[in-house]
Amino acid sequence: MSEVLVLVDHVAGAVRKPTLELLALAKRLGEPAAVFIGSAEHAGEATAKLAAYGAEKIYVVDDAEIRGFLVVPKVEALQQIAAQANPAAILLVSSAEGKEIAARLAIRLESGLITDAVDIAKDGTTTQSVFAGSYTVAAKVTRGIPIITVKPNSATPVETAGAGTVEQFAVTISDAAKTAQIVAAQPRQATGRPELTEAAIVVSGGRGTGGDFAPIEALADALGAAVGASRAAVDSGWMPHSYQVGQTGKVVSPQLYVANGISGAIQHRAGMQTSKTIVAVNKDEEAPIFELVDFGVVGDLHTVLPAATEQINQRKG
Amino acid sequence: MNIVVCVKHVPDATGDRRFEADNTVDRVGVDGLLSELDEYAVEQALQLKEKREGEDITVTALTVGPEKAVDAVRKALQMGADQGVHVIDDAVAGSDYLGTSLVLAKAVDKIAAEQGPVDLVLLGMASTDASGGVVPAMVAERLGLPQVTLASVVETQGDQVRIKRDGDTATEVIGGTMPLVLSVTDQSGEARYPSFKGIMAAKKKPLETYTLADLGVDAGEVGLGASWTEVVETAERPPRTAGEIVKDEDGSGASALTEFLASKKFI
Ligand SMILES: Cc1cc2nc3c(=O)[nH]c(=O)nc-3n(C[C@H](O)[C@H](O)[C@H](O)COP(=O)(O)OP(=O)(O)OC[C@H]3O[C@@H](n4cnc5c(N)ncnc54)[C@H](O)[C@@H]3O)c2cc1C
Ligand SMILES: Nc1ncnc2c1ncn2[C@@H]1O[C@H](COP(=O)(O)O)[C@@H](O)[C@H]1O
Repeated sequence: MSEVLVLVDHVAGAVRKPTLELLALAKRLGEPAAVFIGSAEHAGEATAKLAAYGAEKIYVVDDAEIRGFLVVPKVEALQQIAAQANPAAILLVSSAEGKEIAARLAIRLESGLITDAVDIAKDGTTTQSVFAGSYTVAAKVTRGIPIITVKPNSATPVETAGAGTVEQFAVTISDAAKTAQIVAAQPRQATGRPELTEAAIVVSGGRGTGGDFAPIEALADALGAAVGASRAAVDSGWMPHSYQVGQTGKVVSPQLYVANGISGAIQHRAGMQTSKTIVAVNKDEEAPIFELVDFGVVGDLHTVLPAATEQINQRKG
Repeated sequence: MNIVVCVKHVPDATGDRRFEADNTVDRVGVDGLLSELDEYAVEQALQLKEKREGEDITVTALTVGPEKAVDAVRKALQMGADQGVHVIDDAVAGSDYLGTSLVLAKAVDKIAAEQGPVDLVLLGMASTDASGGVVPAMVAERLGLPQVTLASVVETQGDQVRIKRDGDTATEVIGGTMPLVLSVTDQSGEARYPSFKGIMAAKKKPLETYTLADLGVDAGEVGLGASWTEVVETAERPPRTAGEIVKDEDGSGASALTEFLASKKFI
C-alpha cells in the first residue's frame, strides 16, 4: 500500500488535534505516514502520539537550520520526502500556513490541489462546502499526487496503534527558501479553554453583548466550550482578532454553536454555517441568524445567559 | 518602485451565487464587484505610495477575468491606482488556482519587462467567492519570490518589508526583502472610497488589455480543460429546516434553552 503523507501541525512537539483527524482520513487512502518538522528534542513526544493514532511511519525533519523561516523550507522538505516515498496523497491542515505550503507544493509537484475539504472518500473524492455553506462540491484531483487541505473537525481521530517507524530525514534547503523570516513572535496567552477551531462547542458574542463578554465566557465554561466573537465585537476592541469567527476570521464546525447578540451577516455565517447544531439568543426576532438555528431564544442575552448558565451548573451538580 | 495589486472581480456575496451547468462559478449572469478583500490591498498600495512621497512609485491594478472584470480595475483606478491591466481571454474561463496564478505571474512578468522590475506584488487575503487564499502563495512560487502574507500592519523602509500577522498560535512580526509577494487582511485599515475627483481622473488613466498570446501563455495551459482538479458534482445544500424559536418571558427562555441543550446531550 502506498504511503499517504500527513504534515504534522504541532506547537513545540504537542500535536494539535486536526493532525490526528488527518491520520484517520489518511488511513482510508493508504498507509498513514506523518511528517514531523521540528526540533529533535520535541520529536519524541510527537512520535508517540502520532503512532498511537495510526501513523505507520514518521519522517522526522530536524529544523535546527530552518527554524524561524516561513513556509518554503517546509515545502522543500515535503517535496524531497514525496520524491522518495511517491505517496498516494499529501494531506495538510487547512490553516493559513497549511494552505500556503500546499499551494507552493502543488506547483513544484505539478499536482492538483484541493483546499478546505470537509471529507475525503476512499477513492480520493473530496467534499467541500462553498458560498458560505450554501453549496457542497464533490471534487477530485486529476493530475499528479493529490494535495488536499482539510478543515479541522472534519473527521474523528481514531486511536489505533500504527508501527510508528521513525525515519530521520535529512533535507537540503535552498538559500532562496530562507528569505521571509519571523522576526518576533508573541505566543497567544493560554485561556484554559479549548482551541476555537478544534472545540466541540463554541459560544460566541457579538455587538449585542455591548462589550460585556462575562455572560458569554461563563456559559462557555459551563459547557466546556471555546469563546468566539463577531467582527463587530472584534472591531470594537472587545475581543482580540484571534476570536473572530467568519469569512475573515476562523471557520469553525463544532457540534454546537451558540450565537449571542449576533445578527447573522453572510460573512459571519461563512464561518459557522456548517456547525451541526446552531442555537441563537437575540432580542430581535427578525434577526437573520434565526433562519439558521435549531433552537432560538428571542430575549436579552444579559438575562437569558446568566440564568441558563446557573441552571446548567446546577444540573452538572 | 513598481507595485502590482491583483484585484479580482467576484459575484456579489449578498446576491444569489450559483454554479453553471459545467460546475464552474457563474461569473456572467450575476452582479459582480471588486472583491472587498482586495480593496484592502489597493488601500495598502496607495498608503505605501503616499508615505514614500517623493519616490517614483507606480501602482498597477491587475485583474484576470471576463469582460465585466474590468470594473474591478476601474474601481482600483478610481481609488487612486495609476494604471490598469486586464487579462481577458476566452481560454481562461474555468481556470483553477493553478491556471489563475500562472496568468497573474506571467502578467507581472510582462509589466516588469515593459516598465522595469516589479518590487511588490500585493494581493488580498482571499477571494470572497472562493476563499482559497492560495493564489498569493502560488503567484510567489511561480515568480520565484518570497511571500509575506496575511498582514494586519505593513511597514516598509527602503527594500525592507515588515508586517504584523495574527497567526494561529502567536502574533508574529515577519520580515522580508523586496521583491516579494505581500497579502493583507481586512484588519490592515479601511479602504478609501473613490472621490469625485478620483472617478473623473480614472477615466484618463492608462488601461491595457492583454490576451494569453500577449503573455506567451499557451491556451492549453489554462482553463477548465487544463485544470489539475475536477469538480464531480455541485449540490445546493437543503436549507436548514426551521428550528424551534421561543420568546423569553419571565425567565422561560433560559429554562427552555437549558432543556434543549440537555435533550441534545450537551450538558
Ligand atoms: C469583507 C468583509 C469581511 C467580514 N468578515 C466577517 C467575519 O469574519 N466575521 C464576522 O462576524 N463578520 C464579518 N464581517 C462583518 C459582517 O458583515 C457584520 O457586520 C458583522 O458580522 C456584524 O456583527 P454582529 O452580528 O455582532 O453585529 P450586528 O449586526 O450589529 O448585530 C447585533 C445583534 O445583537 C442583537 N442584540 C443587541 N442587543 C442584544 C441583547 N441585549 N441581547 C440579545 N441580542 C441583542 C441585535 O438584535 C442584533 O441582531 C465582514 C464584513 C466584510 C465587508
Ligand atoms: N482572477 C484574478 N485576478 C486578479 N487577482 C486575483 C484573481 N484571483 C485571485 N486573485 C488575487 O489572489 C487573492 C487570493 O485569492 P484566492 O486564493 O482565490 O482566495 C485575491 O485576493 C486577489 O488579490
